[in-house]
Amino acid sequence: MPVSFIQPEFKVKIDYDKCHKCGRCVQQCGWGVYNFNERPIPDDSKCRACHRCVTYCPARCISIEKNQLAYRENDNWSPAARKAVWRQAETGGVLLTSMGNPLPYTRIFDHLVLDACQVTNPSIDPLREPMELRTFIGHKPDSVEVEADGKGGFRLAEGAGMKNNLMLDTPILFSPMSYGSVSLNVHKSLAMAAQRLGTFMNTGEGGLHQDLYPYQDNVIVQVASGRFGVNQDYLNRGAAIEIKIGQGAKPGIGGHLPGEKINKEVSSTRMIPQGTDAISPAPHHDIYSIEDLRQLIYALKEASGYKPVGVKIAAVHNVAAIASGIVRAGADYVYLDGFKGGTGAAPQVIRDHIGIPIEIAIAAVDQRLRDEGIRNWASVIAAGSIRSSADVAKAIALGADAVAIGSASLMALGCHLCQSCHTGCCSWGITTQKPELTRRIDPEWGAEQLTNLVHAWSHELQEILGALGVNAVESLRGSRERLRSIGLDEQMNKVLGVKPAGM
Amino acid sequence: MTQNRGVVEGYVKVAPVVVRDVEKATIDAAGIYYKHLNEAIREVVADGAKHVVLENVNGQRYLGTGVQAKGVKIDVHGTAGNDLAMFMDGPSVEIFGAAQDGVGNTMNAGTVTIHGDAGDVLGYGMRGGAVYVKGDVGYRVGIHMKAYENLVPVMVCGGNARDFFGEYMAGGILVLLGMNTQFADQPLVGSFVGAGMHGGTIYLRGTVESWQCGKEVGITEATEDDMATLKPVLAKYCEALGMDLDEVLAVPFTKLAPFSHRPYGKMYAPM
Repeated sequence: MPVSFIQPEFKVKIDYDKCHKCGRCVQQCGWGVYNFNERPIPDDSKCRACHRCVTYCPARCISIEKNQLAYRENDNWSPAARKAVWRQAETGGVLLTSMGNPLPYTRIFDHLVLDACQVTNPSIDPLREPMELRTFIGHKPDSVEVEADGKGGFRLAEGAGMKNNLMLDTPILFSPMSYGSVSLNVHKSLAMAAQRLGTFMNTGEGGLHQDLYPYQDNVIVQVASGRFGVNQDYLNRGAAIEIKIGQGAKPGIGGHLPGEKINKEVSSTRMIPQGTDAISPAPHHDIYSIEDLRQLIYALKEASGYKPVGVKIAAVHNVAAIASGIVRAGADYVYLDGFKGGTGAAPQVIRDHIGIPIEIAIAAVDQRLRDEGIRNWASVIAAGSIRSSADVAKAIALGADAVAIGSASLMALGCHLCQSCHTGCCSWGITTQKPELTRRIDPEWGAEQLTNLVHAWSHELQEILGALGVNAVESLRGSRERLRSIGLDEQMNKVLGVKPAGM
Repeated sequence: MTQNRGVVEGYVKVAPVVVRDVEKATIDAAGIYYKHLNEAIREVVADGAKHVVLENVNGQRYLGTGVQAKGVKIDVHGTAGNDLAMFMDGPSVEIFGAAQDGVGNTMNAGTVTIHGDAGDVLGYGMRGGAVYVKGDVGYRVGIHMKAYENLVPVMVCGGNARDFFGEYMAGGILVLLGMNTQFADQPLVGSFVGAGMHGGTIYLRGTVESWQCGKEVGITEATEDDMATLKPVLAKYCEALGMDLDEVLAVPFTKLAPFSHRPYGKMYAPM
């Protein structure tokens, strides 16, 4: 019997003429690719192409190449499809993978272009003129109350009918990622960056570590089906509370954080014993209907002194009707997660084949809420593969109030999208709990990387707004007239509410 | 649009009548919306009341929800609504009547004593404290109860239970007695008992068929050691509800415990 039918995906090439024989590659690799016997000897089968060794090799003598092993041509049975069959024949297991859907579905963002001002109305130079990115997430009143200011004018009345809103200095949040799926240093980096940027990070379903308490005003705490780490203190600390119903990478299924990842610290924030599986059921068993969702929303409001409560769902076929129900149930925001969103671990079949693109979900939800006259009752946060400031602008033009970034924020910390988070061996120290790996991220450095990224995107967003001739992101929100499509069919244009370029 | 906004925003606030007698506060809940009733409860607790008596309760939700106080007793006369004692951290609540769904949801500490029946999903994600129900309970009771360090939740139900009793259970002690039931002609418990269970212990007064239980569960007769653990739990239950401990102990108990803390450890093939 062969050991395995599956051949290595990559070839690790070392130029031994240049190699210092320093062994740093051996030390850097989280997957144990290298053995050292007078010189580093790689085992190709373990390589994930994460480039940690390449990055840290002082001699720059390592390169990772695709294994060019030829397969008999077959468009139907791709090498990946063949490998999946072999792996399942060997193990009988559900194929487990991570990060976002890599299949070549149409990337709608890449078929949308933005407008700019020419001649008939002036564009604005954001370097020298005010350009407002401030965003408020939460319920807005149907009308505002004003009062006389005593000087012949009017001002907003006390409260003005506004409920608690989250104030963001830029319409970009960090997506929910739990402590457990990512390391504590990643959580600290996100929390510090959120505070400096005037935005929010999100605990995911893993509790709030006490080291994050100083940043709690910039933390959204999540309540998911496993209720890990959820108690009164946790609810009191968060700036807002998010009910997680679903995740774009794995709509409709629960989660299992394997026992080996539940070390002492993870166990303390999740409030479960060390070494047992942390099982999140597929549904919340106290939510079987919109009425039940309302019950949980108001339970959280009652328990927290009426903080904003949001609801996160995966973008699925009936997302517009579901979002309408969520808004009517009393949510302050709806978080839509598209099917290209990342994950720390998901069955491959679910990640790659369930859910719909975020672009469609934003357009459908925004339109439905407008049609029903309830768009102001709640904000819409969009996520699921926001890759650049252009995606941010297009998402907002389609109808989102703000976007959330997960994969991009991890890339700022070194992630190379090797899709191996579920192994717990991340060489970059991001999705692991091994102390020798997690120490690779210094939260101070991580916070700076994240702050840089969001600042850069925010500047670019201001440039886009300036070109559009508007001086506030508010003016782009839901303004699909400023979008045109290229290469999308008529049906898709209708769904997106966007005209084709040239019209 | 305002009038379509739903009950919370549209409801006319009626402040309940509160009668204070030193550390005791009596609140008349008749016709009072839950939000205003709970506001009144929190106010009197913050004001030093140690004994809060709620009269004429008729399905108001979230009673005791999020109340963080030790040594506070809340008496509920009438029928408590959903999510009683959700996220509760400390007080003891006694219901002289029945309760509905979600009692002790994600509860941390304290005691809930129900002199009647209760509904579905009791003790969801409960991490500490005790829930004592005198009568029957519904579906998915004790779901995902979990223990952490010195927090060990306890739930004892005096009547019968429906399907998925102790589903996903990860910790704590869940007991079913089958004594004070309206459904004496039906089985003690429904199907899928302990489905997905990976921690904690279920004790049933009487027997259960293996087909009624989840595949993750081992079924044994309770040993002397088990009974030594269980007896103090039952003694407290009997004391809280005025039942006879000897009568409870007159029938042998069955113990259900999970085979593994990692039921799905071998389900996946990492790519």
